[in-house]
Amino acid sequence: MSDLNKLGLAEARDALRKGDTTSVELTEACLKAIDGADALNAFVHKTPEIALERAKAADERIKAGDAPSMCGLPVGIKDLFCTKGVDSQAASNILKGFKPEYESTVSQKLLDAGSVMLGKLNMDEFAMGSSNETSAYGDAVSPWRREGEDTQLTPGGSSGGSASAVAADLCLAATGTDTGGSIRQPAAFTGTVGIKPTYGRCSRWGIVAFASSLDQAGPMTKSVRDAAIMLEAMAGHDPKDSTSADLAVPDFEAMLTGDIKGKKIGIPKEYRMEGMPAEIEKLWADGTAMLKDAGAEIVDISLPHTKYALPAYYVIAPAEASSNLARYDGVRYGHRATLAQGDGITEMYEKTRAEGFGHEVQRRVMVGTYVLSAGFYDAYYNRARRVRTLIKKDFEDVFATGVDAILTPATPSAAFGLGEMTDADPVQMYLNDVFTVTVNLAGLPGISVPAGLDAQGLPLGLQLIGRPWEEGDLLNTAYALEQAAGFVAKPGKWW
Amino acid sequence: MRVSMSIDQSTAAKVAKLARIKVEEDALPALADEFNTILGFIEQLNEVDVDGVEPMTSVTPQRLKRREDVVNDGNQQDKVLANAPDAREGFFAVPKVVE
Repeated sequence: MSDLNKLGLAEARDALRKGDTTSVELTEACLKAIDGADALNAFVHKTPEIALERAKAADERIKAGDAPSMCGLPVGIKDLFCTKGVDSQAASNILKGFKPEYESTVSQKLLDAGSVMLGKLNMDEFAMGSSNETSAYGDAVSPWRREGEDTQLTPGGSSGGSASAVAADLCLAATGTDTGGSIRQPAAFTGTVGIKPTYGRCSRWGIVAFASSLDQAGPMTKSVRDAAIMLEAMAGHDPKDSTSADLAVPDFEAMLTGDIKGKKIGIPKEYRMEGMPAEIEKLWADGTAMLKDAGAEIVDISLPHTKYALPAYYVIAPAEASSNLARYDGVRYGHRATLAQGDGITEMYEKTRAEGFGHEVQRRVMVGTYVLSAGFYDAYYNRARRVRTLIKKDFEDVFATGVDAILTPATPSAAFGLGEMTDADPVQMYLNDVFTVTVNLAGLPGISVPAGLDAQGLPLGLQLIGRPWEEGDLLNTAYALEQAAGFVAKPGKWW
Repeated sequence: MRVSMSIDQSTAAKVAKLARIKVEEDALPALADEFNTILGFIEQLNEVDVDGVEPMTSVTPQRLKRREDVVNDGNQQDKVLANAPDAREGFFAVPKVVE
């Protein structure tokens, strides 16, 4: 078989089980693709020895007839996941050289499911960003380009390396994490599938924390079927994360029938933003028509507090970040600043954090510190948490009317050029997450499905939002949308 | 409750101090500007009627799991110290704290 790295998880799994290829062959094809793609800056720590060792072990298991769900399938792991003995620095200089003595629950589950780790993937520093431009490793680059141009485009963020690697076929799939849209926005920008499951579906243990009440891990894949396979392997209760749900994980792949007859799909009027590009408007209308043609009932719905989701997020997420990132003090791990004669412990903290954190991380930590400080806690933080309650209630009210899923655009535009937003104020960059952030605030599952190309040949995605814990049903609706949209475009290789 | 939204340089300096991040004097005006842009954006929240609405504490209605109150970890001093920038004689070493 040729071009093994271009396979998806399901195809590769089936080929392995039929004996048409081996995990070692698959892994070698990916390692070769990775070595030829340094221009994308997607893989920032390569682990070929670990990969080949695990591939050989997987081939033994397959031969012995003991192959778990992802046995022998090569994947990339976002740098936010702690991986035992392998650099895990959340794309931050403050964790430079950090090699965890433990494995995150999600990456351990993927390992137990037989998958093969190829290396660690680029991302925005501490997952704070929407373009992968805040990374200490430098920008990850999208394999996509506008027709007839060679402008370097963002793969989105924060899971930019994951999106770039999957879109460029450097791996069969990758892990991502999503606090405000960090799986779904990069998936939409790169023509890949990304699902953020219900809050609590995947353990957060061993994933470097950004905003603990919003963070969730999820898969980034080449198809909805692959997302179902990988999410099942990643999900499940973990006693080490008290917010992880003690609920059975269904066989998501078995739920992909493509039959959505009679399903009620809501179209929220508040997502029709002023100044929305005509192409996004059309994509949304086309997606609505596709679901209707597949037998779904389309209903107009209202989510009245949508407008306040981003401002609430930009209180809650920085507040939690300022608390979570207090641990980077130059004492227990990572970077410590060189101190001057007479410097005490306070100077050590202040210099270490000034040197170790990038600009965006510093800004968010300080905004979080401010909104939590005496005198402002109630006016900012408590108010934002009250608004969050209302945002969640908007969704509950809609689901109570029998709506099964909600269809929205995934992003307000196609991918932009790296550096194009440099001069914009931070709020302009935050607007990237306008359609995705509500889902984190409400703890719901959301999936981005590639649905079309813009006039310049760049991918656009649609988002489906599901009921809590009903990822299986959501994946099935996404599967029906995927079938109808028939998105097959791939980026032309220039790297 | 309405709050004053404008952050001046001395407030920016105070916030940086609270966050334990060293910010040079000449970087304070730009930092204060950025804070004001972000806080101006956040100010929209004042339009929402939140009377009688509980602040969210948990997005899923589950009660947090409790574990048995037993020792289930320990005896891994080497692993705990393995990534420390300065570990000596089984301890994390820091600059003098007590005068």
